[in-house]
Amino acid sequence: MIYIPQVIVGKDVRKEFGEFTAVDSVAFSVDEGELFGFLGPNGAGKTTTMRMIQCISPMTSGTLEVFGMDVNSHQREIKFKMGVVPQENNLDPDFTVYENLFVFSRYFDIPENEAKKRVEELLEFVHLEEKRDTMTESLSGGMKRRLVLARALINKPRLLILDEPTVGLDPQSRHLMWDKLKGLKKQGVTIVLTTHYLEEASQLCDRLVIMDNGKILVEGSPRDLIQEHIGPAIVETDKDPNIISCLEAHQANYEVLGEEIQIYTDNPQEITDHLLSECKLKRVTARTATLEDVFLKLTGRKLRE
Amino acid sequence: MDIGMYFKPPELTSGAFKVWRRNKDVFMKNAKLNLLPPFIEPLLYLFAMGFGLGMFIEEIDGVPYAKFIAPALISVSVMYGAFFECSYGSYVRMYYQKTFDAIIATPLSIEDVIIGELLWGATRSTISATLMLPVIALFGLITFPHSLLIIPFAFLAGLLFACLGMCIAAVTPNIMSINYPIMLFITPMFLFSGTFFPLNVLPEIVQYIALAILPLTHVVMIIRALTFGTPGLELLFNLAWIIGVCAIGFVVSVNMMKKRLVV
Ligand SMILES: Nc1ncnc2c1ncn2[C@@H]1O[C@H](COP(=O)(O)OP(=O)(O)OP(=O)(O)O)[C@@H](O)[C@H]1O
Ligand SMILES: [Mg+2]
Repeated sequence: MIYIPQVIVGKDVRKEFGEFTAVDSVAFSVDEGELFGFLGPNGAGKTTTMRMIQCISPMTSGTLEVFGMDVNSHQREIKFKMGVVPQENNLDPDFTVYENLFVFSRYFDIPENEAKKRVEELLEFVHLEEKRDTMTESLSGGMKRRLVLARALINKPRLLILDEPTVGLDPQSRHLMWDKLKGLKKQGVTIVLTTHYLEEASQLCDRLVIMDNGKILVEGSPRDLIQEHIGPAIVETDKDPNIISCLEAHQANYEVLGEEIQIYTDNPQEITDHLLSECKLKRVTARTATLEDVFLKLTGRKLRE
Repeated sequence: MDIGMYFKPPELTSGAFKVWRRNKDVFMKNAKLNLLPPFIEPLLYLFAMGFGLGMFIEEIDGVPYAKFIAPALISVSVMYGAFFECSYGSYVRMYYQKTFDAIIATPLSIEDVIIGELLWGATRSTISATLMLPVIALFGLITFPHSLLIIPFAFLAGLLFACLGMCIAAVTPNIMSINYPIMLFITPMFLFSGTFFPLNVLPEIVQYIALAILPLTHVVMIIRALTFGTPGLELLFNLAWIIGVCAIGFVVSVNMMKKRLVV
C-alpha cells in the first residue's frame, strides 16, 4: 500500500451567513497530486468552500486542514504554498500585465531577480508576452483569465485553487487552460477546481464531488459516478403515458425529465430493440451516459435562483 | 454586539509596507499629475484669500492675513490628502477594483492591507505638506527652521485623518454616501477649526466643541505655531490629543474594516 499524503482534509465544514447555511457540514479530502473537482448548481456553496480553503473566509464550525495545518491558525504558512484563481477576476487595473505579476511577487517575498525571471517565464507560459505593457482593462476576457492563472503560479504553489477557471473562454482558450492544468498536475501540483462544464470535469478530474444546497451529494471519479448512478448508456425517447406504463410493466430503470424519458441501461441495443417492438416507440436514441446525466439526475432540472 | 472587538490591537507586520509600496508605485506612475496639485492649490488660495480677501482684513492678531492662513492651507491639505485617499481611494480599491481581495489571497493578511492603506494615506499628507512648504516660503509667509517640523508632523496628523477616512469607507453603503460625512464633518472642520478666522471670535461653547471633537483645530494650532516660529509648551496638549485620538482611530478603523471584509 502506497501512502499518499492528503493536502486538504475537511470535516464537518460549515458556513453560515446569518440564518442562511451556505455550506452544511461537509467532509472532503484531497490527495497530493490529485485534480479534484467541486461541481454543483449556482449557489451550491462551491465558492464559499473554496474561500474557506483559501483561509480568507472563517468557518462557522468544523475542522479544515491544508498541508496538515489548521486554516484558522496558520493562514500565512498555508497561503505561501497556495495559488488562487478566483471566480471573479481581480487583476490590478492600476498596473500593466507585467506589473501585475511583478507586484504580486513581492507579496510572496520573492527576491527581485528571481521574480523578474519568473514573470518572464509565466508570460510565456500563458502566451501574453506581447501584452506585457498593456493595462489589464484592455485585455480580452480570455487573456485576463490567463493572466490570473499566471499570477496564481508566481509563488510556484504546491496547491492550486481554481474557481471556474474556464468561465467565458472560447474553445481554444479553454483547451489551452486544460493543457496547462494537465501540465501542472504532471509536475505534482495538487489542483482543486470548480466548474459548470461537466465535459471539462470528466476530462480533467481524478475525483470530484457534486454539491447542492450546501451539501455534498456524491463523491468519486467521473467514471465511477456515471457507472454507479446511470450505467453505461442512456436510451432517450419522447414522453408519453403509454410508454411509461409499458416501461413500468417491464420494470425498466427510467426517469422522466421534462418532455423526455431517459432509460438507463447496460445494454442499449437490446433495450432499444425491445422497446421498439414491445412498447411501440417512435423516436428512440441511444447514447453513452455522461457526467451531465449524473449531475442532472442528482440535482434535478429546476433552475436555481 | 461585542464592542470589545473594535479595540483589539492589530498586528503590524512587514506585509503592510508591501501594500504601502503598491500604492506608492501607482502614485509614482502618474507622479507628474499627482505632484502638481500641492503646488497649484496654495497659490490659488493665497491669491484669492490671502491677497484678495486680505485687502480688507489686513491683520489678524497682529499678523498679515496671508501669513495667518498659510498654516491653515497646509493643515487643510494634510487633512484632505489622507482623508480622501482612505475614504474614496480605499473604497474604490476595495469595492470596485477588488484589490484587497487579490492581496489577501497571498500571505498578506487583511490587517496588513488596511494598515498599508492607512500608512499610505499618511504619506500622501506628508507629500502634500512637503511640497507646499517651498511654495509658501516663496512668499515669505513661514519661518524656518521651525517649519521643517511640519513634515514629520504631517505624517502623524495625516494618519489621524486616514483613520477617519477608513472608518467611513468601512461603513459606507455606497460611494455616493461618502458625501454625507464630508458635508457633516470634514467641511465644518475646514471652516471652523481656526483656519480662516481665529477660533476666539466664535461663541465660547463652540470653541470648546471645536477643541473637543475637531482634529483639524489641533493640527492648525501646531502648524500655525511652527510657521510663525513660536512653538510653546502648550502645544504638547494639542500633540497629546492628536496622538491619543490617532491611536484609538487606528485600532478602531482596522477592526471596522475587518468587520466589513471578513465574511
Ligand atoms: N457574503 C455572503 N453573505 C450572504 N450570503 C452569501 C455570501 N456569500 C455567499 N452567500 C450565499 O451562499 C450560497 C452559496 O454561494 P456560493 O458563492 O458559494 O455558490 P457557488 O456554488 O459558488 O455558486 P456559483 O456557481 O453561482 O458560483 C448562495 O446562496 C449565496 O447567496
Ligand atoms: Mg461560485
